[in-house]
Amino acid sequence: MSDTDTSFLKSRPAVWAGVALMAAALVVLPFALATVGTAWVRVTNLAILFVLLSLGLNIVVGFAGLLDLGYIAFYGVGAYAYALLASPHFGLHLPFWIILPIGAMLACVFGILLGAPTLKLRGDYLAIVTLGFGEIVRIFLNNLSQPVNITNGPQGISLIDPFRLGSFSFRDNQTFLGLTASGPIKYYYLLLVVLIAVVIVNIRLQDSRIGRAWVAIREDEVAAQAMGINTRNVKLLAFAMGASFGGIAGGIFAAIQGFISPESFVLVQSIMILSMVVLGGMGNIFGVILGAVLLSFVPEILRYTVQPVQTTLFGRVLIDPEVIRMLLFGLALVLMMRYRPAGLWPSKTRRREFAPRNGREGR
Amino acid sequence: MSRKSFTVSWIHATVAGAVISLALGGCGKQDEAQTSADSGGPEQVTVKIGHAAPLTGSIAHLGKDNENGVRLAVDEANARGLVIGGKKVVFEMLSEDDEGKPDMGPIIAQKFADAKVAGVVGHLNSGVTIPASAVYHQYGIPMISGSATNPQLTEQGFPEIFRTVGRDDQQGPAVANFLMSEDKPRVVAVIDDATSYGEGLANEVEKTFKEAGVKVLPREKGTDKQTDWNAVLTKLRGEKPDAIFFGGMDAAAGPLLKQGRELGIKAVFAFGDGACSDKMTELAGAAAEGMICSQAGIPAQAASQSFLEAYRAKFNTDPIIYAPFTYDAANVLITAMQKADSVDPAKYLPLIKQLTYEGASGKIQFDDKGDRKDAEMTIFMMKDGKIAPVAIIKAGKTIKFEDFMKGATAEASTVQTTEPATEQK
Amino acid sequence: MDIFLQQIINGLTLGSVYAIVALGYTMVYGIVQLINFAHGEVVMVGAMVALWVITALAGSGTTLPPLVIVLIGTLCAIPACMAVGYAMERIAYRPLRNAPRLAPLITAIGISIILQHLAMLIWSRNPLAFPQIISNPVFHLGGATISGVQIAIISLSLLMMAALTLLVYRTKLGVAMRATSENPEIAGLMGIDVNRVISITFVIGAALAAVAGVMVGTYYGIAHYTMGALLGMKAFSAAVLGGIGNLAGAMLGGMLLGVVEALGTGYIGNLTDLCHVSWISSDLAERCAVDGHVILFGSNYQDVFAFVVLILVLVFRPSGLLGERVSDRA
Repeated sequence: MSDTDTSFLKSRPAVWAGVALMAAALVVLPFALATVGTAWVRVTNLAILFVLLSLGLNIVVGFAGLLDLGYIAFYGVGAYAYALLASPHFGLHLPFWIILPIGAMLACVFGILLGAPTLKLRGDYLAIVTLGFGEIVRIFLNNLSQPVNITNGPQGISLIDPFRLGSFSFRDNQTFLGLTASGPIKYYYLLLVVLIAVVIVNIRLQDSRIGRAWVAIREDEVAAQAMGINTRNVKLLAFAMGASFGGIAGGIFAAIQGFISPESFVLVQSIMILSMVVLGGMGNIFGVILGAVLLSFVPEILRYTVQPVQTTLFGRVLIDPEVIRMLLFGLALVLMMRYRPAGLWPSKTRRREFAPRNGREGR
Repeated sequence: MSRKSFTVSWIHATVAGAVISLALGGCGKQDEAQTSADSGGPEQVTVKIGHAAPLTGSIAHLGKDNENGVRLAVDEANARGLVIGGKKVVFEMLSEDDEGKPDMGPIIAQKFADAKVAGVVGHLNSGVTIPASAVYHQYGIPMISGSATNPQLTEQGFPEIFRTVGRDDQQGPAVANFLMSEDKPRVVAVIDDATSYGEGLANEVEKTFKEAGVKVLPREKGTDKQTDWNAVLTKLRGEKPDAIFFGGMDAAAGPLLKQGRELGIKAVFAFGDGACSDKMTELAGAAAEGMICSQAGIPAQAASQSFLEAYRAKFNTDPIIYAPFTYDAANVLITAMQKADSVDPAKYLPLIKQLTYEGASGKIQFDDKGDRKDAEMTIFMMKDGKIAPVAIIKAGKTIKFEDFMKGATAEASTVQTTEPATEQK
Repeated sequence: MDIFLQQIINGLTLGSVYAIVALGYTMVYGIVQLINFAHGEVVMVGAMVALWVITALAGSGTTLPPLVIVLIGTLCAIPACMAVGYAMERIAYRPLRNAPRLAPLITAIGISIILQHLAMLIWSRNPLAFPQIISNPVFHLGGATISGVQIAIISLSLLMMAALTLLVYRTKLGVAMRATSENPEIAGLMGIDVNRVISITFVIGAALAAVAGVMVGTYYGIAHYTMGALLGMKAFSAAVLGGIGNLAGAMLGGMLLGVVEALGTGYIGNLTDLCHVSWISSDLAERCAVDGHVILFGSNYQDVFAFVVLILVLVFRPSGLLGERVSDRA
């Protein structure tokens, strides 16, 4: 029944060996990257943040089939929650293990705020309203510096605390047992733990009653209601769950960056996350991870391929990598919908749903 | 090069197990390679100076201009053949594209830290410089920006961070003071585009007016992409301001100015450096005539003559805005290294603070925060479709531009004769 | 009072542009129940093409009167936009006509990104000055002013709405469009070439968008590759406000939204000035004594109005002001 085929996890020692190898690779990865440059670890950390965001959006778009174009707002809410409670702005320096849950809760509340009035809407209307919601949140973040200064407006908030556990700070470089771990490497492991937790929650969710209810709503809301599913609560839950993952990712982002401003939470970012979900395969956890990793590394890869190639060919950069990236995003959305609507790594049910149905009226 | 090493690292990653030791070995080797420098004889060391700015995207031309300033300074230093700490020093500029994105700031900063640069000139945008500065602070790498004007940058209290350009709160008072001395407005309206730059600048303008007892109307705001300012301007028309200041870029300022005149507003319009170019005439037509605007620093044409000539000879073009400041920033780093007789950031960093340097953009000294003391500001006016400098404001004093140019040429000639230590040519 | 009148004039001008763009949304939605997200980008393409032609003509030293140059620019922009509209429908939307609704919507976002960045490659990423060659006389109207361009925009859009209404309700093509909108299958059985009707609808919408693009360019004197996105969003809100799928509704919604934005921006600051209620706290009274105003929501929230209107309408009256359609047909 499940979307992601998890049966491969059972038996088959070869598969287990593969998983072990993969785990080992993930553990060693930052040190390997650090030999090239710690900057690559930072790039990877940012990519993991996007994986987290994509997984959160996947709950809303992939599982429940509700198109959310304002998802970045929850990331922003989480980031601002952390920044305000752990920076000199208000002089508060709460520890991260208190703030992250607060941020997740706050994002969750925003998710419900968004969800509640839009429950009756379907499909395209919902998309537009969520887009508007995302913009409204950003406009408020940008303008709540007066009459009372809450967010410090477009100036942003600086000197945000890193994650700390007692005297152990995630930002500083440290040497344990002869191994030197730089700040980004420590954040990498933290992110990895969070990622694994989120993936497990996701897998458990989609096999659960709720997960099946989401899929039922996605496939046919009326039928789902007839089967006794409380569609209102279940939809709200999708928004709330998706939002709280965004909130957690936002808090970690604020801590890693040390500075945030509303310009990090713009519409383009929402669309970027949507592209990741769509490219990988809506509804399939591992597909979504694949999509997010691919699209996160695209700009860095372009930086080292497209730019030098153009400079050698034309003597200057004719088309910026950023433009190529955006064109790729656009093309990915259009081509995926046209030729492989279920994504690169589709979930089984989703593939069935997107299959052409000849002779049936387009709704 | 980096691409190749990237693929290599992936292989490492997938091999697993014993790789840890291998990777660490790699780390160690890299460290050795850094300290023993690249090639050449034993007495020669390569010192890397980082430069970061958006080299692609909407303000790539400004990023390139910044880069040129650094390149010129580095090439000149190499031509002089400096000896620091008993070793012949070859400077190498490491230029990175930060795309003008806040997310990229720390990543580029980390790249510089990885490459063990001795110092950094950059970044261009305040929004990128601020998150990057935390990383420079962590690694103790001195950073001097030639264009980041947001006050917050140096308010963070990082001792490694400096700038050769004036802050928004130095530029704001300049344009307000000029308006007060020239037009004596009684009621002033302040509008901004709700960006970090526009709002920061507008705040300082408002503060200056208020302190001088001029009545300031409640702040109006728009966005940086806004083209319809009619509603805001109509509201202001009812309040009859004598002057209107807008903090924002030309794309929003042009339509604002045009609509203001069409609505029959007679007030003087004033802008910051974001809308201080001839483009305003294109965008607003005849309405642009007579507008006032300010730029941080002295106009590129007023930069020291030797710098201008060298820049033109090397790049076959004129500097756009910030090249004199990045040129000076790079030279400040190099001079401090010379004075400390060391390229170790820990050793030469204290000397940056004490330095007095006669640069292309005038005399440079830093205050305790790392801001430039007495940074100059220039006021321009639109005349016959072109912006022309009308006054230089320094330490709160307004100097007419013609008088300043007379003084500057005299000063420039003395600089060349009295500063052989830094300008050995 | 003159300020109020001026805001109404500002709002009606802005609203006329919204209305024309909203017509494009509403027609397409009425026929294929698709929100053509990329419609705003078509407006941008129109403005850019017209800017290109007008700049070239004005710079060539011709003796043509300025008005004719602008007209030529518009006449070049219209077919360009029609081509874009046709290609969009043919390549991206038609193959997805039987796909679930998420698919064309995601495609529309993709097309919007692609069009924006292609335009950026062609016309640079800098804001371009739209040549201001027509003289723009200013008339006085009871203390308010109205410019020639404003009059032209308002009257031209009214004219185009009238023409469109005639087309839909008085011609054979109009009958075919309405039939397709009611039920494409049965319309097909009645001998209507449904594909052709849908293509024509897209093309007409694109032509309207082209005119809107020229209007916006001439009015504000600036064009930029991102100019279509927000305009499109607001026009869509206008269409929903009026009742999507309903021509008269799009016009009403556009005009209303324009006026709401102008009045909102103009008056929200005074309305939410906390100094009206300075008695609630002594701190507030102190601040009021110093600054004169403590404004809760100022003109910084002007872009919020359209979205708030949109959400309110969808929640409380999803069929819009004039619509009979139920919004949540799946």
